[in-house]
Amino acid sequence: MNDITHRPKKLKIATTSLAGCFGCHMSFLDIDERILPLLDLIEFDRSPITDIKHCGPCDIGLIEGGICNAENVHVLREFRRNCKILISIGACAVTGGLPAQRNHLDLGSCLTEVYLTEPGLAHGHIPNDPELPLPLDKVHPLHEVVKIDYFIPGCPPSGDAIWKFLTDLIAGKTPELGHGLIKYD
Amino acid sequence: MNDTFQLDGASVPFAPGQTVMQAALAAGHYIPHLCYHPEFKPHGSCKLCTVKIGNHTAASCTMPAEAGLEIESDIEELNALRRTLVQMLFAEGNHFCPSCEKSGNCVLQALGYDLEVHTAGFRHMYPDRPLDASHPEILLDFNRCVLCELCVRASGEVDGKSVFALAGRGITKHLIVNSASGLLKDTNIALTDKAMEVCPVGVILKKRVGFSKPIGERRYDQRPISAQALDDAPRTPTGAKHE
Ligand code: SF4
Ligand code: SF4
Ligand code: FES
Repeated sequence: MNDITHRPKKLKIATTSLAGCFGCHMSFLDIDERILPLLDLIEFDRSPITDIKHCGPCDIGLIEGGICNAENVHVLREFRRNCKILISIGACAVTGGLPAQRNHLDLGSCLTEVYLTEPGLAHGHIPNDPELPLPLDKVHPLHEVVKIDYFIPGCPPSGDAIWKFLTDLIAGKTPELGHGLIKYD
Repeated sequence: MNDTFQLDGASVPFAPGQTVMQAALAAGHYIPHLCYHPEFKPHGSCKLCTVKIGNHTAASCTMPAEAGLEIESDIEELNALRRTLVQMLFAEGNHFCPSCEKSGNCVLQALGYDLEVHTAGFRHMYPDRPLDASHPEILLDFNRCVLCELCVRASGEVDGKSVFALAGRGITKHLIVNSASGLLKDTNIALTDKAMEVCPVGVILKKRVGFSKPIGERRYDQRPISAQALDDAPRTPTGAKHE
């Protein structure tokens, strides 16, 4: 990898949230003012921070959230096609997380219970607008759908963990978290 | 009494009858382990404690210490295999740490941290394992069982009740409750039983006390399991002490 002190151009980073809660993105912002020196080294491509809708060729892709619907699969593949290094960030991306707790239930009965039979939903109906992406019968962690290069576990990983991981990676080292930064909860 | 073996180049004294694991922990040398517990006869099933003696491997929790052995444990070759074992345990159960009461106090999780396991790697199996919430004071969450048999050993050997057993073989092996209904409410388990304190993961839980300790104050928040396990192990009278 490039030496970070003599870099001719900035690394491009794209980020997105699939079946996640944006908690990992919030945690990313917990690096606080360190985002300023980081911005000397990187620039954002597709990300909620830039509002760019599609990801171009990038050095690093960071994805939070697992795969719960057809659109998630398309976005994940777009990232994989464009990012040299793809990182699965947070419990949902790494393990399926909370959304995957429906995996041993039948999807039809989940939808029925949530939209039809739950008390107080007398006139409910299962959403069927063609704009809505179809849910998958199971929620998957990212590495079950495309090759993932690195994983940052945690729900969410702390800002310090994300900072350590990214700065290791940008410096060309194998990222390590270590006691206190590695966590699954 | 003054016989020794070599562990990763360090001289470890042992008393007759001690296993490699017992002698190592007593002398302040950590070997990763999950199904071993200092108060129980070794079970030898999880294989996390596997060490190398020349070209052979053996479970250090069941292997008797012998003078002159040259043992390797903390080497990348073995740690990589240990990582894979931990990953398989994560993939074959349902381990949603963020919503688990045992989080922060869990041996499996702490082993994952210590071995820098960032992902289960394998395809998650998401098995369907309903809870047993029948008992008024105790919850069983089978989703997290690692089949270490510590509860089986504690309930049988210490409590004299045999509330738990393992049934089935291979991937269908699972924990069962020893009552006609199969439910915990129909056993004579009590909160004061040894079986209530030995589960290394979040299966056997006292109801209504979960998440009482804040993050930062739980067992493995402060110190990694490699340090904590040495404090938990009994010292031998050989004088060896860590720190
Ligand atoms: S038992 Fe341990 S590893 Fe499993 S979910 Fe609970 S804290 Fe996580
Ligand atoms: S319930 Fe806990 S103690 Fe019992 S076999 Fe499973 S993991 Fe081991
Ligand atoms: S600790 Fe030795 S086999 Fe489990």
